[in-house]
Amino acid sequence: MILEKLIQLLADHAEVDASTIKADTTFESLGIDSLDTVELVMELEEEMGVELELDEKVGTVGELAKFIEGKIEA
Amino acid sequence: MSFRIVSIGGYVPPKVVTNDDMESLVDTTDAWIVERTGIRERHVCEMETTSDLAYEAAKICLERGNTKPEELDLILCATVSPEYVTPTVSCMLQNYLGATCPALDINAACSAFIYMLDTAEAFFMTGRYKKILIVGAERLSGVTDWTDRSTCVIFGDGAAALLLEKGDNYLVSKLVTAGGDNVIKIPNFNGNSPFYKREQLRPYTHMNGQETYKFAVKSMVKDLQDVIAKAGLTEQDIDCVVPHQANLRIIDAAKKRLDIPDDRFHWNIDRYGNTSAASIPLVLNELVENGDLNRGDLVALAAFGGGLSSAACILRW
Repeated sequence: MILEKLIQLLADHAEVDASTIKADTTFESLGIDSLDTVELVMELEEEMGVELELDEKVGTVGELAKFIEGKIEA
Repeated sequence: MSFRIVSIGGYVPPKVVTNDDMESLVDTTDAWIVERTGIRERHVCEMETTSDLAYEAAKICLERGNTKPEELDLILCATVSPEYVTPTVSCMLQNYLGATCPALDINAACSAFIYMLDTAEAFFMTGRYKKILIVGAERLSGVTDWTDRSTCVIFGDGAAALLLEKGDNYLVSKLVTAGGDNVIKIPNFNGNSPFYKREQLRPYTHMNGQETYKFAVKSMVKDLQDVIAKAGLTEQDIDCVVPHQANLRIIDAAKKRLDIPDDRFHWNIDRYGNTSAASIPLVLNELVENGDLNRGDLVALAAFGGGLSSAACILRW
């Protein structure tokens, strides 16, 4: 669920088709830098009404989704 | 009882360092800097001290305000990059101007311009001060590590001064502090006491870019919404927004989350970089010089930075 939401947000940001983004897609390949990642986490926070502190380095879409899921379950 | 703004003046040192120049100093590119920060060039001191910058800006401001230095009741300077711990920039400025009033510096990092407006308001409220000169002046090139590509591309030097008089144009403000040193710090020199055991940290700007970004965007949005509501206004009523010029992407991210029309946000970070306490007044000065800011305009300012600190206010120009 998180992965799908994230893919949709990324598709909007990077202006690409959501179907081209997979769990192992790197942010670098989408032209997404670390400030964009913070921005994405903030948008998810706002949408889901939770606080998420991004304290790890995440390189792929799947890693970020997993991180967020971990924070929500905690 | 607060103040009205009589006049404004700004000054940057003449030496310009472009992104191409930065490419020959550190491992970076113009494309990366522009994409990441919106900055294309910045002004850097070669011989000027922070007080010299303050003096040049103050002279212009006082001339435009038709006021002599002897008429001033107080001088306030906001800076994190004074050439001396003491005498302060405001003291040196008082000396250069030939003024005779008390002078003190304010350090609230990048929020200092608005903290300084609040401080000036408080002085006016005592009834004992009629004309106050406030200055934001920075030589950030002196507290930046020019071998660190993540910070040396961001900061620039400059100063701007405003002359304030008793009035009622400072409508509402909000100051926030979230004290701590884990996101932004500029360590001082430890000294050479044979008894002091703490490690000497590099005396340059240390900044966690991502944490700063998050704090900045959230603060700017919340603070602006709060002051607008407190003033009994709507976001549409604001004629002009001048945010602290830290990073163009922070401004873009905040714009998205606010209902203030995009074209009311102003910046010049592309030409000056982040000049901390001088950044907001340098934008205001340009707007006045270009005729884009008019008497009666409702201006919202927002700042955020080291401390951590943030602030926002609404004033009538």
